This record gives sequence, C-alpha cells and structure tokens, in this order.
Amino acid sequence: MRHIISILLENESGALSRVAGLFTARGYNIASLTVAPTEDPSLSRMTLVTSGSDSVVDQIRKQLNKLVDVVKLVDLTDNPRIEREMLLIKVRAEASGERDEVKRLADIFRGRIIDVTERVYTIELTGDGGKLDAFIAVIHPRRIVEVVRSGVIGIARGETACIPDAP
Amino acid sequence: MRCLQDEGVEYLFGYPGGAVLHIYDALYKQEEIKHILVRHEQGATHAADGYARSTGKPGVVLVTSGPGATNAVTGIATAYMDSIPLVVFTGQVMTHLIGDDAFQEVDAIGITRPCVKHNFMVKDVRDLALTMRKAFHVATTGRPGPVVVDIPKDITAHKAPYVFPKDPSLRSYKPVTDGDPEAIRKAADCLLTARRPVVYSGGGVVIGNGARELTELVRWLGAPCTNTLMGLGAFPATDPLFVGMLGMHGTYEANMAMHECDVLLAVGARFDDRVTGDLDKFCPNARIIHIDVDPASIQKNVPVEIAVIGEARRVLAALLATLKASGKRLDAASLSAWWRQIDEWRARRCLDYDRANTEVIKPQFVLETLYRLTAGQAFITSDVGQHQMWAAQFYKFDEPRRWINSGGLGTMGFGLPAAIGVQLAHPHETVACVTGEASIQMCIQELSTCKQYGLPIKIINLNNRYMGMVRQWQEFFYQSRYSHSYLEALPDFVKLAESYGHVGVRIDKPGDVEAALKEALAQNDRLVFLDFITDQTENVYPMIAAGAGHHEMHLATDRELA
Repeated sequence: MRHIISILLENESGALSRVAGLFTARGYNIASLTVAPTEDPSLSRMTLVTSGSDSVVDQIRKQLNKLVDVVKLVDLTDNPRIEREMLLIKVRAEASGERDEVKRLADIFRGRIIDVTERVYTIELTGDGGKLDAFIAVIHPRRIVEVVRSGVIGIARGETACIPDAP
Repeated sequence: MRCLQDEGVEYLFGYPGGAVLHIYDALYKQEEIKHILVRHEQGATHAADGYARSTGKPGVVLVTSGPGATNAVTGIATAYMDSIPLVVFTGQVMTHLIGDDAFQEVDAIGITRPCVKHNFMVKDVRDLALTMRKAFHVATTGRPGPVVVDIPKDITAHKAPYVFPKDPSLRSYKPVTDGDPEAIRKAADCLLTARRPVVYSGGGVVIGNGARELTELVRWLGAPCTNTLMGLGAFPATDPLFVGMLGMHGTYEANMAMHECDVLLAVGARFDDRVTGDLDKFCPNARIIHIDVDPASIQKNVPVEIAVIGEARRVLAALLATLKASGKRLDAASLSAWWRQIDEWRARRCLDYDRANTEVIKPQFVLETLYRLTAGQAFITSDVGQHQMWAAQFYKFDEPRRWINSGGLGTMGFGLPAAIGVQLAHPHETVACVTGEASIQMCIQELSTCKQYGLPIKIINLNNRYMGMVRQWQEFFYQSRYSHSYLEALPDFVKLAESYGHVGVRIDKPGDVEAALKEALAQNDRLVFLDFITDQTENVYPMIAAGAGHHEMHLATDRELA
C-alpha cells in the first residue's frame, strides 16, 4: 500500500543522505521525496512517498525514527489529508489550433501558462498526483517537450500537525 | 584531551597520521589517557571493541584521515552489528581542502554512515566539546553502537576555552528506558499460562547488564533458558535450567524446545537468521513475548504478540516483580512433563565427539580441556568459523562479558586485537584467543602490539590447514569440491610467534594437549602461541542447514536422527 510520511529532521548536511541511504541499504521503495527548510531554520521538512506491505511500512517508520537526525515523524496515511504536487510542463504549440487547444486544456485543469514562445507553452499545474497524471495523459506525447514534477507534499486535515513535541 | 579525560577514557586505541598530528601532540603532553599503538587501524577498532565488550564502557579510537578511516571501517561495522559502544575519531583534511581530492582525503562520514549509530563532522572548534559529549551519549545509551566523529585538521589547530558541556541531550534522540507497565502485565499473564515455556535471550541482556535479572526470572519461572551466540554468559551455562546455545549450531535440546514451546520469551535478541532458520517453521505453536530496547527490532523478522520496549535489565526486574505480585506460579505438572521431554532430547548428547581418539587432536577436546583448566573463569575471544562455534559450545560461560566474539558481522581477524582490549582492561585475568590458522592471519600484525605492551594473551590456534567452516559447507553442499579453502604455504607459527618475541609451541598429539595448556596458562607474564594441529575432517554439529526449521537438525553422522 502507498504511504505518505511527513518527517521533521535536523537541517544539517548529511541528514538527507541518511534517509536516502536507509532506503537503499534496506531495500525499501521511494516513490517521491521532497525536502525544504521550515520556518525554524534548524529544521527541514521531508515528505516521502513509499509503498510496501504493512510490516515493511512499519519497519520503514521505525527505522526512520531510529535515525538520530529525525525529530518527528507522522504517517499522513493514517489521517484525512491534503496532498499536492506541482507540475511544470513544456508543450509544443505552433499552429493556432494547437495553441488554442493547449490553452483550453490548461484552463480546464486550472493550470496557468507561465511562459510563452512562438513554438511552446510552459504550463504550471498544481493538484494531487492523479490530476497531474490526467493532464499529462490528455496532451499528445509528441507535443510534450519536458515534464518537471515536484514530488508530493502533504498535510493533515483538521488540527493534527507534524510539529516538534513541546520540550 | 580534556573532553576524553572528562568522559573517563582510560585507553585510546590508535595510529597516528598527518591529519591527527595536532591531537597526537596534545596526547604527548598529558599522562591521564594511555594510548595503545596498534599495527593497523582495524586492530584499533577491534581492540577498543574488546575493551568495551568486556567492561561495558565505551571503546575509544583515534585514526587519521583517508586510509586510516577506511581501515577502521571493518571494526566499526563489527561493533555496529553487535551493538557495541565505540567512539571513533577520524582525522580529516583541512576544512578548505574538503572535496578537492586532497592527499589522504576520504568522505569518512559518507563511508561510515550505513554502519554507525550516528556520525558527526566538527566544523568549528567551539562545537568540539559538545559534539564529543553527544558522541559518547549516543554511543552508550539506548541500543548502543559506534559513533564516528570526523575532525578536520585545522579544527584541531584552533583554540577555544574549554567548558564541560553538562547536557548532551539531543531533541531528536530519546531512548526508552522503562517498559510500559501494561505491556509488562500482559507479558506476565501470558507467561503464567505457559505449559512449555522457553526463555531465549541474546546479546542485549549482556550489553544491557541484565544478566542477574534474567537469571532470577528464569529460576523463578523454572523454565528452560537458551542463549544466542551473543548472549552466552547472560545465564549461567552450568545451571541445570540452561539448555545451551540455539540456532544453526545450537544444541538439539535448545532447538527442539524452541520448536515445541507454547510461550517464548525473547529478551535482547533480534531473531537473526542464524537463530531462526526458516521463518515459516519458527516456533509454530508459540505465543511470543519480545523485550528489546530498540523498537525497530520488534516485529522485524517475526510477528510477536506482546512487545515490551525498554532496557532489558529494568524490564526483566519489573516483569519478575509483576509475576511475584500475582501470587500465581506456572502449572507445576505441565512444567515437569516439559522437563521430562527436554531431558529426553538432552539424552541424545548432541555435542558428543570422539573423545577417546589418541591419534589426532580433536578441536573440541582442546576447548574442553581449556575450560577445565581455567575453571570456566577465563575471558575468551574468538575469531570466526568452526573454532568459534566449538568455543561457544564447549566453553561454559557462567558470567556475562567473558565471551567476546563477532556474531553479527562475523569478522575474521577480530579475535587477537579484541584480546588486546580485554587484557588491557583485565590485566590480572586469563585472556585466551581461540582462533584458526586462517582467521589469525587476518590481524597477525597485532602480535607486535602485544609485545610492546607486554600482554600475556594465550592464543589457542586450532590449525586444521583449512578454512574449516568453508570446507564444511563445501563438503555438505558442494559435493566436497574444496574450492580455495585449503591453506597452502602456511607460516611456521612457532617461529612466527618467536620472531615477534613471544613463546610459540606446536602440539600435534592429543596426549600433549593438557600439559601444553597448563604450561601456557602458568606463564602469566608472556604471550604464548599454541599451535594445535587438529583433525582436518572434523565438522561442527549439530547443524541446521540454511533455510531449514529447528526440528530439522543434523547430528554427527554416528548419531544422526532416525
């Protein structure tokens, strides 16, 4: 089963490779991984999407928690949650019919065209992974020049939060 | 240096080099910390490891950058697999040269990351004291393990006022100590229902100083107790409740008891593949209770019904108190029926061998004699292979921290340097290194260290001219195709020992074994290298082939199961 795990870790060089190294060393899957500093400059937030049987995911959580750099870990899969991913896609759009169609599709998916040349549109689109997949699927493969996806980030709905425990 | 003194460091095992010259200069100007100069950095880590295993205190290592660090890696990984507290200081090139492929530069943090509990790089001399304090804190608490501190050379040239950092705590590191009382109560209830209980304890009880609590609990239960290779000595081997080691080369009675038990209490053990055999056939009828300090050990290989996370010593004490407070005991009739069954298994005498042989030395005979002559009181280090299994089977350890071997990683070359650390920590005790002619050659250069510090280690070399365990597997599973397991061109170990300034003795008759051991043990001021020429064809029994169940053991050919 797919799991999305939110992790707060010490914002120190090497912390990311400890997490990544754990996954390779123990043969776990990583579907996506995003990391950026938080409002507290000493902490980074990592969102990790993985998959495995219940016992494998249980081990993944435990092994992550065991890393000395991991301050807090929440498996968002256990909660109602919001997931978002950003897509930047460069699409060939030359003839006027083509340009109109791409513009229309971007509008339907609530995407924004953020860069334009005579030959290409660059579109920004945000949503869960399924929505981004669906948008890519409606663009003819020959028209796609480049696809850049951010990887998934997520947050629990309601008042649940993955923040450091009070000291 | 002040940091190390304040941590109570007695010995520093190391080897100098360019990146640590400032530190060695500081070492020269003080007297509190004794530096032990090894002959290879692997020896430094194993010696520190032997010191740590035999004392419970962290072992401390200092090596230089580049090859100094890489040579130390095998010892770090060895300590990691067996959860041994080490603090390893590696020199590093100057901060401004890092990443430039400078002379003797290696990414020590990156290379050691998968085999340390944690590692640190010090980038500012003002962080040095606190980082060192954290390193000792992380290495010695929770599930212990090695911690590497990488220190660039320029950091050791700078000066900073020293203040002892009182609080080493990290917000992201909070090891559990006491077990959850509710889980302990469930464990007690479960144990009280047992008709065929078994207590299976591992290295965690030795490392966690829980041997006394384990012994009290097992005796209160009246249950059979088996130890893993790493757990030997946690429960007295001469106690009638002890059924021997379990696993691949464990006793028939221990493995059969595991297979037939209805409640299994696992303490400080991690259900390693060498212990469990085929997981699908593991303890098929048992409710399993697991006590461990590391949450990640729980449910890792085997599903357990009741898990108690906490230090073995504390949880065992709380569990016994809960059991006593219940006012109940285990059902006496079931227990005595269980012991009758175990005694039937014992009657197969699975460790018997050809004791009467007067032609060729049986390796087991050497170890039995060593056990008898040392009254079971020696510290025994071992290398890896057949001799290790025979030592584990035939030397009956009644106390923890006397049996020092590389269980998890299985590091050949461990025994001699480990014995250095043990002998330094226990200068007036007998320390014997049980080894083979293949393993001993992997760190043979440490004979020179032994001479320099006058360490009277006794080396018991069981020399069968083969990598014995490899030969055994080739005989069983590769139709006796002995591919590269025969050691041609062996050195003359007697002359080799003498060339290092030690005493060397070769023994090739069973009748000479006892006298040679006696004489060696009597020489408590010098190292004696005993080269026993042993039976080349002897195999370690019992044996569970990889992937078989506990009930599918092979006994020696003349006592094979019907």
